[in-house]
Amino acid sequence: MYQISIEDSDEVFDCAADRNVLKAMEKLGRSGIPIGCRGGGCGVCRVQVLGKGQYHTGKMSREQVPADDEKKGICLACKLIPESNLRLKVLGKWQKHFSDNRVSENQKLGT
Amino acid sequence: MSFTGVMRPGHAAIRVLDMAEAVEYYVERVGLIKTDEDKQGRVYLKGWDELDCFSLVLREADSPGIDFMGFKVCKESDLDDFEAKLKEYGQNVERMPAGELIKCGERVRFDSPSGHTFELYAEKEYLGDGLGRLNPNPWPEGLKGMQVHRFDHCLLYGSNAIGTVNLFRDVLGFDLTEQVLNPEGEIAAAFLSCSNKAHDIAILEHPEPGKLHHVSFMLMTWEEVLRAADIMSMHDIAIDIGPTRHGITRGQTIYFFDPSGNRNEVFCGDYTWYPDREPITWQPEELGKAIFYHDRKLNENFLGVVT
Repeated sequence: MYQISIEDSDEVFDCAADRNVLKAMEKLGRSGIPIGCRGGGCGVCRVQVLGKGQYHTGKMSREQVPADDEKKGICLACKLIPESNLRLKVLGKWQKHFSDNRVSENQKLGT
Repeated sequence: MSFTGVMRPGHAAIRVLDMAEAVEYYVERVGLIKTDEDKQGRVYLKGWDELDCFSLVLREADSPGIDFMGFKVCKESDLDDFEAKLKEYGQNVERMPAGELIKCGERVRFDSPSGHTFELYAEKEYLGDGLGRLNPNPWPEGLKGMQVHRFDHCLLYGSNAIGTVNLFRDVLGFDLTEQVLNPEGEIAAAFLSCSNKAHDIAILEHPEPGKLHHVSFMLMTWEEVLRAADIMSMHDIAIDIGPTRHGITRGQTIYFFDPSGNRNEVFCGDYTWYPDREPITWQPEELGKAIFYHDRKLNENFLGVVT
């Protein structure tokens, strides 16, 4: 079991050595990394491994993680398997979509 | 037969990160039937209720998403007619030779303002549904997973979506069945039919061109949608949202992701479109209800996650 911590937040959670970081976070009901397709395709859960963390990754969309980024420790949390404790910086951002303004308006209406 | 021109969505060709994983998912879980494989390694599949020999083509690539969507036209001469009209409209048009997709006739391929590639074809080899056409049984035994009947439609995201909407209406003769307006009163999303389904394709405005929101497969009942959801939990398939109902098209639905992150839908229960209906309009302030009728609020995952 390894400890995953999220930079610039108080989030720390455990992740088994055979489980991806995003799934570990979800299973524990924790947050900090945005959740997208969970299949290495959409790029929403892009993170950067900081420091000297050891890890390996499954196949990820090259469009979301170009080779140069991968060398800098950038990967998708849904394909990130820890081999040591990891410190992660969250990079994934929501795509701007046509309803950005209305997300907040509508959420107000819904609550 | 009163259909003319474009008859129906015929195939979607999508990219997957790992072919073996994708084939297992689409065959064992979704319940499509693998019908062929070509020299390039592309895999061809169909729903049990489809008669032509494929409706989904998988290609292994380093990024998921959609390569192209194909529509079947009623007759061979439609290809020439549409090719001329598409060129006149200003699209780049290319003829793909018969057999380039296995057992498929010549295709007229064209680009679109939203950055998607589409194609038209008239011929595809008949494979049948295993039931025959003489005193058939209602369904075949031995189906797997969600047992989807057929490929139904795609929702595509792209810049200048309205340009593609106009192309489908003006050149290909699709009807606008439903529209979502943005606060400026412009079309932000359009649902289009070439048949009497509530939608055969949907297109939504998005900053990046050429994106796939989902590929949809049809089921017949709400019970089947619920059963599909059970299969997702049995096999730890990533669920996006549902089972629930759409305001738009009234469909009963669940969204989930294939192992490469391409979104899929299984749904049932939309209405019948006839050309004497008027399009339905959804105002921006009701968008939450339009998309998910019970939640009534916008879902960032659903709106923002694409491949």
